[in-house]
Amino acid sequence: MNELIIALVGQPNVGKSMLINSIADARLKVGNFSGVTVEKAEVRFMTQDRSIKIVDLPGTYSLNDYTQDERVTKDFLENEPYDLIINVVDATNLERNLYLTTQLLELDKKMIVALNMMDEAQKEGISIDHEQLSSILGVPCVKVSAATKKGIGKLLNRTIDISNFPHEKSKLIYSDVVEEEVEKLSFFLKQKRYKTEFAYRDVVLKLLQNDPKMYQKMHEEPIWLELSPLLKEALEHLYLHHETKDVSEVFAEERASFAKGAVTETVTCKKSVSKNITEKIDALLIHKFFGIPIFIFLMWGLFQLTFELGSIPMDWIDAFFSALGNYAKTIFGEGQLGSLIADGAISGVGAVVMFLPNIVILFFGIALLETTGYMARVAFLLDGFFHRFGLHGKSFIPLVTGFGCSVPAYMSARTLKNDKDRLITLFIIGFMSCGAKLPVYVLFAGAFFAGSNAGNVLFLIYIAGAFIGLIAAKFLKLFVFKGVDEPFVMEMPKYRLPSVRLIWHTVVTKATMYLKKAGTFILGASLLVWFASNYPKYPSIEESFSQKIELASSDEEKTTLSNEKAQVLLEKSFLGMLGKSTDVLFQPIGFDWKMTVALESGLAAKEVVVSTLGVLYALGSDVDEGNEGLISELQKQISFASSVSFIIFVMFYLPCMAASIVFMKESGSYKYLAYLFVFTTVIAWGLAFIGYRVALLF
Amino acid sequence: MITLSEMNAGEKAIVTGIEADGELKQRLFSFGLRRGSQLKIKATSIAKSTMEIEVGSTLIALRYEEAKRIGVQRA
Repeated sequence: MNELIIALVGQPNVGKSMLINSIADARLKVGNFSGVTVEKAEVRFMTQDRSIKIVDLPGTYSLNDYTQDERVTKDFLENEPYDLIINVVDATNLERNLYLTTQLLELDKKMIVALNMMDEAQKEGISIDHEQLSSILGVPCVKVSAATKKGIGKLLNRTIDISNFPHEKSKLIYSDVVEEEVEKLSFFLKQKRYKTEFAYRDVVLKLLQNDPKMYQKMHEEPIWLELSPLLKEALEHLYLHHETKDVSEVFAEERASFAKGAVTETVTCKKSVSKNITEKIDALLIHKFFGIPIFIFLMWGLFQLTFELGSIPMDWIDAFFSALGNYAKTIFGEGQLGSLIADGAISGVGAVVMFLPNIVILFFGIALLETTGYMARVAFLLDGFFHRFGLHGKSFIPLVTGFGCSVPAYMSARTLKNDKDRLITLFIIGFMSCGAKLPVYVLFAGAFFAGSNAGNVLFLIYIAGAFIGLIAAKFLKLFVFKGVDEPFVMEMPKYRLPSVRLIWHTVVTKATMYLKKAGTFILGASLLVWFASNYPKYPSIEESFSQKIELASSDEEKTTLSNEKAQVLLEKSFLGMLGKSTDVLFQPIGFDWKMTVALESGLAAKEVVVSTLGVLYALGSDVDEGNEGLISELQKQISFASSVSFIIFVMFYLPCMAASIVFMKESGSYKYLAYLFVFTTVIAWGLAFIGYRVALLF
Repeated sequence: MITLSEMNAGEKAIVTGIEADGELKQRLFSFGLRRGSQLKIKATSIAKSTMEIEVGSTLIALRYEEAKRIGVQRA
């Protein structure tokens, strides 16, 4: 038998992703819908000798084109092949959820309704007569709870049952007024013995709802001449009854009253508990005056946590990798191979893995904000503020995600419907320093500021980046992307305790992605940097230094000479040539060629900045004496003003290669990527120049 | 007739009409906000730039500009 394809459809915040997680366990595959970068989660498995594929469609409030996510869902349901719909609804908010259900019923596909969050509904004293609801909707309804994994097996069994039986038409019935007109027009079609692949009822309903495709089709038919006046009359009747000239409003009211009727007949509610909890939390968290300070405090707490808590495992990882490096040298010797493995591979990758704890904590915090429902509150609180800078309250979500990684941030900007709002947001996401820039800041803050101040400096870097981003947004809104504002209308979901499983899944996915980057891309880049800094070889220079070192009398002199040797060799290496040839551009902002090289390698990935610095500065030190780390080398070789300038440049320059590619996809043009390069480089260079000159005064 | 934007936190109202274009209107409909719906203003942010309203059991955040398009009657 063929594979059974199931589309999972539901409104946002109904626990759809948790449901597919429960069904899939670890088999969930996350990819993209073709053509667009909307996330597509799929799971394939066998049950009762049938192979099944479930596709999780993006959450949608109704079938419309409001956001790109909703367009994807609508397109899939209308054009892609699938056998069956599982409509996930929130049992605690049935009436609004059934609005979408009524639209799905009209797609005329096999369908099953999953009443999700039944555990929560029971706690709230809501009981639902699911058999009665099944008979009203004409499709089976199954009670499930994704959180407690109850009813999932039953849902799958019923789904397979339905797939084996022939399709029955749903029983969506409109008000008497509409039904009467449907009857009249259907009767006319019947009299005319009009031939069509569709049922007369469907044809009539589509015409009454102003469906353009059906109009186009009917327009070609001879019957149109007689049908058209009847249709006009029918519409006039509906307008009169509903006191509006807008047919979409007529049907919205129809759907709503159907949903309301269904709820009245099937739902009994004893008490309302959780609403009060949400109300109580909201009273504090979106308080007119305390709301924003609380939010800022929470953000500050998150960054402190990232720095303070993260530093503990960082020390262990650091110790582990230096031990590993020394061990590698005892195996592979002090020669080229040993150097390649210890100084190139291990120190490069180690410098990246060291920041894993920070990244895990940060992503954990962001996942927590998202799953609890607090993110929507923040958008509510901040829209007034953001709107002033030409942004949207919803821009907050991609911007905050940008603190984690620009790639998902660019993707999440898709919730912004207006192209201009979205472009402005896309342009400034890079100014929200991503997790991969964190290592650079941690390194420099640790090296050039007192330990007790490092957390505050870090916080200041993030805030300053965000602030400059806002000013840039205002500039773009005023001079580049002028136009109408996107409406601000969003649901504030109920507060929910986060699902440990879902957060775990998110954090693990992010951490694995980061490590994969470290293991492949960054390993390759580290080796390349190592090669470029060790070659070409100059035996004559090495020889003359060796002779000098042998002749040197004191140990101190020997050290100085060997440092000098490494320095000279490095300057003459490929990397040195590259750095020196572009150095002119960066001299006014106080960079030496090593910093220039590190910065340029950062275009590949921001993590590489630190690993490059590691390779470059570790080679310049005397390895035998070297239990002093990278930090002390930086302190020796870089001035305070240059380090300030370097931090500033890293804050604002072009995001990494992966992010730039995603940016290009999301903005929809190569042209914008070129603009982004110019825009970020000008800002980065300009501000670094100012920072450098100011820091020189101290 | 007054609009939603003139209402304050804690007040209740009934929607009398929505002056909005197709897609925004559809979005409001799918949230359960249409002519005849009862709503309650739960909170407003500083300077009333955004407001939180409750329709049925759904909480919705709106900007002042959007609230101006929703005609209401105090209830």
